[in-house]
Amino acid sequence: MKITNTICIILGILGYCVSAMAGQGKILATPGVSQAEGAGGGGIVPWAQLAGYASRDEIAVNGFCSRAGLDDYQLDVCGAQLNLYDRVELSVAKQTFDVPALNMQIKQDIAGVKVRLYGDILYSALPQISVGWQHKSLKDGTIANLLGAKDTRGDDFYVAASKLHLGALAGYNFFWNVTARYTDANQLGLLGFGAEGQHRSIQLEGAAAVFLNPNWAVGTEYRQKPDNMAIKEDDWQDVFIAWFPNKHFTVTAAWLNLGDIAGAEKQTGWYLSISGAL
Amino acid sequence: MWRKCVIGLFATIMLGGCQNTPEQTLYQRLGGQQGVEKLVDNFINQIGHDKQIFHFFADSKISHFRQGFIQHLCAVSDGPCRYTGDSMVDIHTGMMVKEGDFNHVVELLINAMDDSGIETPVQNALLARLAPLRSGIIYR
Repeated sequence: MKITNTICIILGILGYCVSAMAGQGKILATPGVSQAEGAGGGGIVPWAQLAGYASRDEIAVNGFCSRAGLDDYQLDVCGAQLNLYDRVELSVAKQTFDVPALNMQIKQDIAGVKVRLYGDILYSALPQISVGWQHKSLKDGTIANLLGAKDTRGDDFYVAASKLHLGALAGYNFFWNVTARYTDANQLGLLGFGAEGQHRSIQLEGAAAVFLNPNWAVGTEYRQKPDNMAIKEDDWQDVFIAWFPNKHFTVTAAWLNLGDIAGAEKQTGWYLSISGAL
Repeated sequence: MWRKCVIGLFATIMLGGCQNTPEQTLYQRLGGQQGVEKLVDNFINQIGHDKQIFHFFADSKISHFRQGFIQHLCAVSDGPCRYTGDSMVDIHTGMMVKEGDFNHVVELLINAMDDSGIETPVQNALLARLAPLRSGIIYR
């Protein structure tokens, strides 16, 4: 929590400082959007691209808020990313998970770092490769402990590869991303981390999208999830449409299929995310 | 049901893609010589109004650039031309074109293609041919 707050303040100050010289050097839409844990990505999967339009000579700051409305729950996320020279992405996110039936909220803070190791999704022959780390901490572990989670803090580590192929699908630009995550988070960590006799495992996540033109993309994501606890956890998937009218504003809408969550079966719903960049 | 729908959609897209390209060269899809000339004129117009990029052209002769780029586009799009101008490295050495400058020029070219009414798949095909030139252009 303290790490998150510190990073928030640093991001705020830097955001103010760089606003006059904010990077615009990437091609429209190529940074993607912001995922539920604050990293640059799609909606549920962190992608290899770093959030923000900074090229290798620039700095960029990006902020976002998202809402997922499910049958029995609602997840609100707000966060921000700082992109340093298209090499390092620092991110923070605050999640609020609403359980209206119990008149209860679960809150989690996430601080993330992503480093681009190789490539450029558009120009390099091989895919862009990045590694990332997400540090998560629950504000109140009551529910997590009640359900048998071992910890209320956890760390995810991931490696992601992505590529944009110009004109590859019937003339339209085709994008894909594959991510492998080493995690013990139960439902992103909202239900704690690990369980009795359960440890971190590798989970695969993927995304694919088609650009109808430079401003509109439609795609889908799949996220494998661990199933540590006695209560069932399912893989997640979404189908999304994203609108990039310019480099300062992005809107993403999605249909979510998140399966069973904490005993409530077959959770589906809608997702809306808005992000703004300096 | 869902799977059938996706397969059907995919098949439609693929077939549609085949029908749209009945062995036309990219040059023809760009509108031939006339289309390429119009595109380059639109591109020069975009550059002329752009603060970030215009200074790179301050010392160059527009008519020379126009002829060279028309020939270059004709050649890379499988038109009946051979590019006889200087190499990308020779042209850009000493200019220190940054990654962001290059991407911005790509955006100006997209604007120019929009101005010409060139469809997205044709735009993408041309960009795919030009993208490999980047390494000879940036940070020289």
